[in-house]
Amino acid sequence: MTAVVAEHDDHHDHHDHGPEKGVLRWIFTTNHKDIGTLYLVFGLAMFFVGGAMALVIRSELFEPGLQFVDPNFFNSMTTMHALVMVFGAVMPAFVGLANWMIPMMIGAPDMALPRMNNMSFWMLVAGVLLLASTLFMEGGAPSGGWTFYPPLVFQNGKSFPFAIFSVHLLGISSIMGAINVIATIFNMRAPGMTLMKMPLFVWTWLITAFLLIAIMPVFAGAVTMLLTDKFFDTSFFDAAGGGDPVLYQHIFWFFGHPEVYVMILPTFGVASTIIPVFARKPLFGYASMVYATGAIAFLSFIVWAHHMFTVGMPVAGELYFMYATMLIAIPTGVKVFNWTATMWKGSMTFETPMLFSIAFVVLFTMGGFTGLMMSVAPVDFQYHDTYFIVAHFHYTLVPASIFILMAAGYFWLPKWTGNMYNEKIGRLHFWLSAVSVNILFFPQHFLGLAGMPRRIPDYAIQFADWNMVSSIGAFIYGFSQLLFVYIVIDTIRGGTGEKVSDEVWEDASKHSLEWTVPSPAPYHTFSTPPARIPTEHF
Amino acid sequence: MKKTKQLLACLVLMALGLGTAHADYTLNLMKGVTQLSNELYDLHMLILWICVFIGIAVFGTMFYSIYHHRKSKGHKAEQFHENTTVEIIWTIIPTLILVGMAIPATKAVIDLDKVQDSEMSIKVTGKQWYWEYEYLDSGVHFESHLDEASEKTHRDSSMDPRNVPNYLLNVDKPLVVPVGKKIRFLFTAGDVIHSWWVPDLGWKKDANPGFINEAWTSVDKPGTYRGQCTELCGRDHGFMPVVVVAMEQDQYDAWMKATLEKQNQAPDLSDQTRNTLMAKGESVYLKNCVACHQIDGNGISGWFPALRGSAKVTGNMDQLIGFIQAGTSKMPAFKKLPDDELAELITYIRNAPALGNNVGDEIQPNKITPKWDDDE
Repeated sequence: MTAVVAEHDDHHDHHDHGPEKGVLRWIFTTNHKDIGTLYLVFGLAMFFVGGAMALVIRSELFEPGLQFVDPNFFNSMTTMHALVMVFGAVMPAFVGLANWMIPMMIGAPDMALPRMNNMSFWMLVAGVLLLASTLFMEGGAPSGGWTFYPPLVFQNGKSFPFAIFSVHLLGISSIMGAINVIATIFNMRAPGMTLMKMPLFVWTWLITAFLLIAIMPVFAGAVTMLLTDKFFDTSFFDAAGGGDPVLYQHIFWFFGHPEVYVMILPTFGVASTIIPVFARKPLFGYASMVYATGAIAFLSFIVWAHHMFTVGMPVAGELYFMYATMLIAIPTGVKVFNWTATMWKGSMTFETPMLFSIAFVVLFTMGGFTGLMMSVAPVDFQYHDTYFIVAHFHYTLVPASIFILMAAGYFWLPKWTGNMYNEKIGRLHFWLSAVSVNILFFPQHFLGLAGMPRRIPDYAIQFADWNMVSSIGAFIYGFSQLLFVYIVIDTIRGGTGEKVSDEVWEDASKHSLEWTVPSPAPYHTFSTPPARIPTEHF
Repeated sequence: MKKTKQLLACLVLMALGLGTAHADYTLNLMKGVTQLSNELYDLHMLILWICVFIGIAVFGTMFYSIYHHRKSKGHKAEQFHENTTVEIIWTIIPTLILVGMAIPATKAVIDLDKVQDSEMSIKVTGKQWYWEYEYLDSGVHFESHLDEASEKTHRDSSMDPRNVPNYLLNVDKPLVVPVGKKIRFLFTAGDVIHSWWVPDLGWKKDANPGFINEAWTSVDKPGTYRGQCTELCGRDHGFMPVVVVAMEQDQYDAWMKATLEKQNQAPDLSDQTRNTLMAKGESVYLKNCVACHQIDGNGISGWFPALRGSAKVTGNMDQLIGFIQAGTSKMPAFKKLPDDELAELITYIRNAPALGNNVGDEIQPNKITPKWDDDE
C-alpha cells in the first residue's frame, strides 16, 4: 500500500491527477470510479421511478373496482415498471458496481476502454429518457407488457417506435459496457492474478458480460422485426403474411431468459464476496462456485421456452424444455449449499451488509423453489401468467438482486467515501425491508394459486384480502427505501464521523484487493500493480 | 426491541387488512373437476412438499449456524474449505430428486396432450374482449361477454363491486358442456393473443391469431366453473372471463336443442316502443361498443373517438348504419349485428342521456336497409 502512495507522489509534479471541478467532471469523466458513481446514482434514481410506478399499480389493486387509473394506463405502468426496473435500475446499478470494483479487485488502474465507458453511460441515460418520454405521448406509454408481444404491441400509440429505439440505445449501451468488462478482465489483471484467483464478483461479471454480448443483439433484432412489421409491411409475426406471432416469443425469450440471469449472476458474486468476510472464513467452494456460475449461464441459453409452455408446443418440446429447466436447480443448489457451508462454523457478525446477504440467500432460495415448481411443465399450465409467477420472479429480483445491491452499498460505501454509515439506521432499513418485502410478495403466491391472472387492473372479490395485504407491504417496503437514500447522503457527508481504516471490515484485505488501498479510495488506484495478491482464500 | 415491534405492527396491519374484506379465499390450487386437474394437483403438492422439505433442511442448517456460530458467542472461525466428497453429494442428491420429479411430470405432459378420441369439438376464438364459442358438431355458435352488472360496475367507481355476484367472473352466455364426455377444444384468436383458463379444468391454453391450438377435458361433476383470460390482450384484458357450465347429458341435449332453435330463428323485426329500443340498445352498446367508446361516450383521447356530440352519430342515419356495418381501419365491421339489435343500438347512441346525445328520433328494425353489401 505504501508503494501506491509513493508512486502517486512521483507524478504529482507533472499534472493534476484529481478530478475536474464542477459539472463537467461528471459529463466528460473517463474515470472508472466517477462513472461507477454515475451508474449507481442513476440506478438508484430509476429504482424510485420504477418503484413509484409499482405503487401506482399496488394502489389500484388495493381494493376491487377501478379507483385511480384507467386500465390502459395501468397496463402502461406494469410495462414501464418492468422496463425501468430492468434496464434503468438493476442493470445500471450492477454496471456501476462493476466499474467501481472490478479494476480495484483485479489491481488495474482503470477500465480498459475509458472513453467508451463514458459513452455507454450517457447512451443509457439517453435510452431511458427516450423511454420515459413515451409517458407523455399521444396514446400513452407502451402498454403491451415489457415483452412487447405482437400483435398486441402494434396497438400501442405513437410510443411504439420510440420504445423500440430506446431499446436499441439501451442494448448498445449494455454491449459496450460488457465489452469493457471483458477487455478489462482479460487484459488488466495484476501480475499473479490468474483467472482462478479472481474474486467471485469479477468472475460472475465476466460471465454476465458474455451473456450480454450474446443476447442484446438478439433482442435488438427481434424489436427491429417488430418495427419493420409495423412500418415496412414485412410479416415476420403476422400469420396473414406467412409469419408467426409465436416466433417472436421464441426470439424474445432466447434473449429474455439469459437477461434475467444478467440481473442475478452479479448478485451471486456480491453475496459470495460479502458472506465470507462476515463469517471470517474463506468461501467454501471457490472453484465449484465458478463452475456453477458457468453452468447456470450455459443452461440459461437452452431453456427459453419454459416461459411459453402454454403457447402450444409439441410434447417433445415441452419435455425437453422441462428437463433442461429442472437442471438449473442443480448448479443453483450448489451455490446455496456453498453459502450455507461458508457460514457453517464461522465466526459471524451481523452488520447490515451481512443481514441483507443472509436474507438474500433465504429469500432467493424461496424464489428458486417456486421456479422449480414452475419448471414442471404440466403444473405450469396452472401457474402460468398468474400472480404465482409474479411472486416467483419478484422473489428472485427484489429480495435477491435489490437486497444484494443494498448489501453492496453498505459493504463498499465506507471504502468509497472514507466514512462509516449509521449502522443503527442501516439495520432499521434492513428489518423494515425484509419484513415488508414478504408482506408484499408472499400473499401473491396465494393469489396466483387461487386463480388471479397477472396484469389485470381489477379483480374478483375473493382476491380482495390478499391484494390488500400485498399493497400494504408494498407501501411499507417502498417508503422504507428512502432510509437508504438518507444513509447514503449522510455517509457521504461524514456518516458517523468515525474515520474508517483501509480494511474497513475485520481482515477484509485477506479477501480482496480493494481493502488494501486507502479509504476513501483515491481517484487513481493501482497505477502500479499491487505487490501481493490475496490468495490464501482461494 | 425494534424488530419485535415492527413485526407486531405488521401483524396488526395484516389483521386490519383481513378484517375489512369478507370473502372466501383460498391459499392453494383447487383440485378441480377433471382427472387431469386432479393429477396436476397431486403433482403440485408433491413438488411443494419436496420444496418445503429441502427448505427446512437448508434453512434449518443455516439458522442453526447463525445462532451458534457467531462471534458474539465467542465462536472461533474454522478455516476449512473445498471438500470434494461433500460437493459430489450435494450435486447427486438434488439430481436424484429431480429425476424422481421428472417421472410423474413426464406422464402428466403426455396426458395433457391426449386430445385423440374426443367425442365432441368446440372451437374457441379469443377476441378483444370476449370469447366466441362454436360447437363444431352442431353448428351452434355464440359470443360470451362479461355480464352487464360487472360491466357497469367496473366502469363506475361509485358502485361497489362487492354487491355484484361473481364480479368479473360472470358472462352473459356461458359455455355449456356435458359431463363425462371427452371434449376437444380448438383455440384461435381474432386479433391479439389471448389465453383461455378455467382453473377447475386444470390448464390454460393460448389462443394465437392465425394458428390453432388443441386441448381436451372431460368434466366429472356438473357445476359452474369460472376462469379468465390470462394473456395480456390490451385495455380490457381483465374483463373477459370464461364461464363453463357442465350439465348432465339430458340437460345438455335440451339446452343444445333450445339454443339451436333460437339461433335458426329469424330476428324479430316487429316495431318496438321507444323505451324498449332504448333499453335493449343499452345492452347492445355495453356488449359491443363500451370497451372503446366508454360508458359516458367520451371515448379515450388519443385512442378511441368520442360518440358524445359526434356529428357521425347524430347526423345522417343511413350513413351511420353504413359506418357501423362496414367498420373502419380501427373499428371492426359490425355487420354481424342483426337488424333489430342495430336499430336498438342506433336509437340508443343517438338519444342516450348517458352519452350526452339527444337527437330525438328512432329507427325501427324493419327500417334498416343493408348499407353494407356482403358480396366479396
